[in-house]
Amino acid sequence: MAEAIVFYGLAALILGFAVLVISTRNTVHSALYLVVNFLLVAMLYVMLGAEFLAAIQVLVYAGGIVVLYLFVVMLVNLKRPPETHQDPRRQTRLGLALASALLAELAAIIVYSATGESAPAATAAAAAGADIAGGNVEQIGMLLYTNYLIPFEVASMLLLVAMIGAIVLAKREL
Amino acid sequence: MVDAIVIPLLKIVILLNAVLVAVSYLVLLERKVIAFVQSRLGPMRVGPHGILQPIADAVKLMTKEDITPARADRWVFTAAPIMVMVPALIVFAVIPFGPEVELFGRSVPLYITDINIGLLYIVSVASLGVYGIILGGWASNSKYPLLSSLRASAQLISYEVAVTMTLVSMILMAGTLSMVGIVESQRDASLWFIFAQPVAFAIFFIGGLAETNRAPFDMPEAEQELTGGFHTEYSGMRFALFFLAEYANMIVISSVATTLFLGGYLRPFPGVEGLAFLDLIPAWSWFVLKTFVFLYVFLWIRATLPRYRYDQLMRLGWKVLIPIAIGNVVVTGVAKVLL
Repeated sequence: MAEAIVFYGLAALILGFAVLVISTRNTVHSALYLVVNFLLVAMLYVMLGAEFLAAIQVLVYAGGIVVLYLFVVMLVNLKRPPETHQDPRRQTRLGLALASALLAELAAIIVYSATGESAPAATAAAAAGADIAGGNVEQIGMLLYTNYLIPFEVASMLLLVAMIGAIVLAKREL
Repeated sequence: MVDAIVIPLLKIVILLNAVLVAVSYLVLLERKVIAFVQSRLGPMRVGPHGILQPIADAVKLMTKEDITPARADRWVFTAAPIMVMVPALIVFAVIPFGPEVELFGRSVPLYITDINIGLLYIVSVASLGVYGIILGGWASNSKYPLLSSLRASAQLISYEVAVTMTLVSMILMAGTLSMVGIVESQRDASLWFIFAQPVAFAIFFIGGLAETNRAPFDMPEAEQELTGGFHTEYSGMRFALFFLAEYANMIVISSVATTLFLGGYLRPFPGVEGLAFLDLIPAWSWFVLKTFVFLYVFLWIRATLPRYRYDQLMRLGWKVLIPIAIGNVVVTGVAKVLL
């Protein structure tokens, strides 16, 4: 019962701050709301017993990426109001299309998890395994370097490519 | 009930007060140490040898006029000092000051909590402290604070990488992320990790100086070029929060260094039986003593070394410390597998 209250409270706050992120005109305030949003999501992870994920969420997203956003916001002059597009209803149509795509995805997930037994059972088994093997740091490490080795390595290659790309763009006369 | 709520709350209250008193007296200690280095006496007027100076300072700061610049972003300007202070204080939740002790017939551990991601918690909470600095400078709506806060956050982000890499090699050594576990693994190895990882210790200490914006890396507060730093527009107690957070962060870095490298609350030479009489001294006083050694070195360096230039600082961070730290992780891993 208490868990449900905390969950719905957190979920409401997360959604509220997410709306503030996109509705605020001041870019720095928007980035700040994003930090609060990330911290609340980290709390959700703690509730699920995924402390490692929570700490990484705070360290990487709240502590690293948004700081870089703030850098960009402060270095780039954003005083100029955004130019309005010729077609004023373009944004509405685009938004509607994207929102319905998201709705379809969410509906698919709900339908799938209601009918297919496999996914929740696997999650429960993994959670039980974490209790036995002691701490989810070791658990995540084992999974990343055995079952999910290829996605893990591909993700790191992707980051490397992005890094090299950024250096090439920034230093044209290498 | 008592074990779950009352004792932790009491510990939190005692710890917060102890840390804040230590922070205010650290300011006095710094003034005294620097004064002695420069053949002066330092504060002498308030109380014997200036011992009540921190209290006089607190009264002065609280009664000062609290100014918000007219063009400042009021909300962010108010929130920034809080965002600096809070991470510096909540890090103390996982720092082990001592093992479990018997107090009034109860077994009470001398730390608030021991979580299995302790070290990661410290790193992630400490990484939030940069917001107060960057937003304080931005919200002042003033040139020099903005420049200073950009410098400060670039410096923090750069040195965070090197420091975190040294922590990885310490995790490899200890095999756990729990702070108590790291201390206990030094007891099992009967070795302070500073002797096994001198390179990691050097990088951690240099990075710690840079992350707390202390001399010789006190670029964000270079008075001569920035008229003060990111807190130029702050006055009274809000300025004091920035100031105190810097000293609280010094204590954080010192106590993390003590835990990781100097065996935390363990006595010197934890494996030598002949020195067992040293266990008569309570374990927490070893911890406090070692932490103060680090704090003293912080002050000593400030009194001795001139400030780095900004490009030298960045070059040292990215081209020297980070490669060495990564190399150290690789060497530690290989040694761990082979031994």
